[in-house]
Amino acid sequence: MSPFLFWVFSLMMLIFGGAVIINRNPVASALSLVVSFLALAALFISLDAFFIGIIQVLVYAGAIMVLFLFIIMLLDLRAEELRKINWIATAGGVAVALALTVQIFSVVGSFQAARQPFPPLARHVLSGAEGSTSDDVHHIGLLLFGSYTLPFQIIGIVILVATIGVVMLSRRETR
Amino acid sequence: MITLGDYLIVSGILFAIGFAGVMLRRNIITILMALELMLNAANLSLVAFSRFHVDPSGVPNYNAQVFVFFIITVAAAEVAVGLAIVVALFRLRQTTHVEDISSLKF
Repeated sequence: MSPFLFWVFSLMMLIFGGAVIINRNPVASALSLVVSFLALAALFISLDAFFIGIIQVLVYAGAIMVLFLFIIMLLDLRAEELRKINWIATAGGVAVALALTVQIFSVVGSFQAARQPFPPLARHVLSGAEGSTSDDVHHIGLLLFGSYTLPFQIIGIVILVATIGVVMLSRRETR
Repeated sequence: MITLGDYLIVSGILFAIGFAGVMLRRNIITILMALELMLNAANLSLVAFSRFHVDPSGVPNYNAQVFVFFIITVAAAEVAVGLAIVVALFRLRQTTHVEDISSLKF
């Protein structure tokens, strides 16, 4: 991927990610989050992770964000009215976030491997390339149903438990 | 030339944005969205390391992508449960503002 496209999608992701926490209207926040996730999916595809990119669009930008919008509209939330801002707490939050950013910059800056370019991939793992025999879906599927069978089963149970929990939580009390 | 460090820094900034959102916002639904931003920042750095860790036959390390798959699944379950709690809370208190919900506050 060209550096130009990388910076375009990174900036798009960061600007709309910032818009999520700046917007006062929850619907605008949710729609910014969708754009941020789409740009993130483009970054995944730039890293040759086609399967993860597609999953990102389908599950996050599709299913999870529809759930968010559905709940926002169900609760009929309006833009928050301005309340008295607790300046000490706000300054503390910004300071901690900035300290985290500075720390990440210094760790990445002192990490030698981070300055090397990405090594080239074999032709046969690139989806759509001529002579492509085993793309990333093939490899991830083999791992999921091979070495990660038990975690895969457990994740199924986690989803089942979450479904039952949601039904129990949203049930109206009847007596 | 784009290096691993560029992806890590972008992912770190996205994490910091999500973290600031959790610290600063007072609307539970916005806080949940900021949590999603942090999960996605972790996913981006995992996929970047997966692409960086190419074995001699030219195949990237797909273990990280399997972990990203699991993270996305757990995040979906987490959002479903979190939003159900928000709906139950809204029914009880008619608010999604965290400062109005202080029964457990010391």
